Amino acid sequence: MGLFIPHIYNGEAISLSSVPVVQVKPFRLAVIAHVAAGDLISAMFAQPLGDGFRLYAVLCAPLREQLGIIATDVADSYPALTPDCPAANGFEREIFEQWGIRPEGHPWLKPIRFQPSRMTGQTPAVGITEFFSMEGGESHEVAVGPVHAGVIEPGHFRFLCHGETVFHLEISLGYQHRGIERALAGGPGGRTIHYMETLAGDTTVGHAAAYCAVMEALSGIQVPPVANSIRAIAAELERMANHIGDLGALAGDVGFLPTLNYCGRIRGDVLNLTAMLCGNRFGRTLLTPGGVRFGIDPDRRQRLLTRLDAVEKDLDTALSLMFSAPSVLARLERTGTLSMDLARQIGLVGVAARACGLSHDVRTGLPYGAYRFDSPPASTFHSGDCFARAYVRKLEVEQSIAFIRRQLNAPSAQNELRKPLLPLGPDRVTVALTEGWRGDICHVAATDHEGRFAFYKVVDPSFHNWLGLAFALRGQQISDFPLCNKSFNLSYCGHDL
Amino acid sequence: MLRVLRARLQQKHRTMGFPSGPAPEMPDRFAGRPVIQEPCPGDCRVCRDTCPVQAIRRGEDGRVELDMGRCLFCGACSEACPKGMIAFGPDYQLASARRGDMVVSPGPGTRAEAVSELARKFFSRSLKLRQVSAGGCNACEADVNVLGTPAWDMGRFGIQFVASPRHADGLLVTGPVTGNMLLALEKTYAAVPEPRIVIACGACAISGGPFADHPEAKNGVDSVLPVDLFIPGCPPHPLTALDGLLRFLGRPVPDCKKVI
Ligand code: SF4
Repeated sequence: MGLFIPHIYNGEAISLSSVPVVQVKPFRLAVIAHVAAGDLISAMFAQPLGDGFRLYAVLCAPLREQLGIIATDVADSYPALTPDCPAANGFEREIFEQWGIRPEGHPWLKPIRFQPSRMTGQTPAVGITEFFSMEGGESHEVAVGPVHAGVIEPGHFRFLCHGETVFHLEISLGYQHRGIERALAGGPGGRTIHYMETLAGDTTVGHAAAYCAVMEALSGIQVPPVANSIRAIAAELERMANHIGDLGALAGDVGFLPTLNYCGRIRGDVLNLTAMLCGNRFGRTLLTPGGVRFGIDPDRRQRLLTRLDAVEKDLDTALSLMFSAPSVLARLERTGTLSMDLARQIGLVGVAARACGLSHDVRTGLPYGAYRFDSPPASTFHSGDCFARAYVRKLEVEQSIAFIRRQLNAPSAQNELRKPLLPLGPDRVTVALTEGWRGDICHVAATDHEGRFAFYKVVDPSFHNWLGLAFALRGQQISDFPLCNKSFNLSYCGHDL
Repeated sequence: MLRVLRARLQQKHRTMGFPSGPAPEMPDRFAGRPVIQEPCPGDCRVCRDTCPVQAIRRGEDGRVELDMGRCLFCGACSEACPKGMIAFGPDYQLASARRGDMVVSPGPGTRAEAVSELARKFFSRSLKLRQVSAGGCNACEADVNVLGTPAWDMGRFGIQFVASPRHADGLLVTGPVTGNMLLALEKTYAAVPEPRIVIACGACAISGGPFADHPEAKNGVDSVLPVDLFIPGCPPHPLTALDGLLRFLGRPVPDCKKVI
């Protein structure tokens, strides 16, 4: 399988100089071969180095429970990977947009988030780019956004249609770009944890957990077990709240109002459980590098368990209603279908990938924190359609409830919540993956000679998955867009950063 | 059909009594209105230097002032204060019609006025809002959306989110206003018929929040549009938002008496 890429563990820090730097050709071949063999590109990015740039690729090998990191030095161009490895598409567009490095032979270097160039500071006018177009009788385009009809983030969608049938969907994002990655370099500082908690606000815990893992790796400390358990409980509550909200919204999109209304409320009940942990419904302020800021006293433990029972009971009727209604199933089944093969090729992650039958889940494949001792089994389904994406969510919610119960029922005798952080080691690099409710969250950070962040790279699961939504729409009715969109429910702010 | 009815019975009626009945119970660790004590030693700057978003300063008279419009309610200042002078209480009534009224000084503190004469006159029984996300993290949107669920049911008060700005009485804006959303926000505002109002929801929309002073974004909505109501929080608790909206419209709400 081409060049061997040395592995590191999830959340392990190594010295920056031990990252193998190879020629461009073996770099390309290694990445392409590994991805062809089933690896995911967790991150691929450039950093300025001397007169040129260093290109890094972080690969995740789910089946071997390993991460790999490899680098190459380039001037202002290199032969693109995308033609041989479509999963590199988004990354190469980003590298071009940020640094002006041209991946030669890339099919179409469209702007990805219309962000200021890191070299010149120039910002391209948002949304102004070339799109696919279609000509012929009855062919037409429908453009929507950036401001959409609901209470939802901004993005621009362009449907290329023939009659009612969508031939292709163009997705143009960047409206939420607020410069987080740029601001992270040189840190950590007072705002760093807040950037992490607001990368994607509905994934506060998922991203904060990855950040904490980065900090703990770079400072070489171990988190107390209680803190790991509380982090995992919060992460599963986050997964539950979002999945339940999505299931309700899917029911709403097919006109099945009982489940829409019940799930809307139950989602709120779950957010309130998170607020019981830390006062904030999204888990803000709970995680801190070194541990957690709030513990679970016996009384709180009992109240959490009682309310979890109530949530489970309410959810059971709400969901069994939905999943037994033929009118719902008829709309979900065979709508927005992706094949397992395509999912692999474009590097889909998380719920969307597991709904295509792929079993990758960071909690089981590369376990971290409390998941090292108790990882919920990866929930999969094979049909790749809206039904599968709904059903996998249902399975995951059930697993999350069981997991939280196990954690709460096994209180630890220790009660240390956090360890003091030590200064970050200089010239080190680390990769931390967590399983956010949408899928793989990847943070890659390196320190300079002084132990400040030389760079801090964030890859939200949505970055991998937006293209999946575009493909899911092909050959569908345009009226199925809301349903397909909701079945992915991707993050704009997590993509745009 | 029978299953649907049985489920309906089991799920019960869950719309809260608020505002005629009691407010829903808030979590005991909830961080609401800050309560600042006195006196602070003259040269202490610990809270000011700790705050990640420069929400704290010492006023001309030397008293500590905390701007809820900037605050993320992270508690870092109260953790850092060597004398325990700053705490975050259970008071959720944080919304204010004037930007300056969100600055909290030492002492018991009074609730800021949120009522808008315009809103009370034209929209008190029907307020249709177009929501615009202009940066931010989507948490404000998520918890504003909650107000439409059966438990909160803001439709009871005639408050509703609508799909088109042309059907709206005003905008509810979240996020610091990124450069990439500026034009879209301005165009959406222009499409709302007059008289119209603007609500800035969350720390980002009020002051830029964690992204304050980023060149990629503005420092909040009022640098672009006139704002009629500010709802602090990161994100604001739904109760803070609903209470603020009701007071904005001049509708009665219970007074949150709990002050620590
Ligand atoms: S709680 Fe508010 S004032 Fe205090 S440090 Fe955090 S952001 Fe600053």
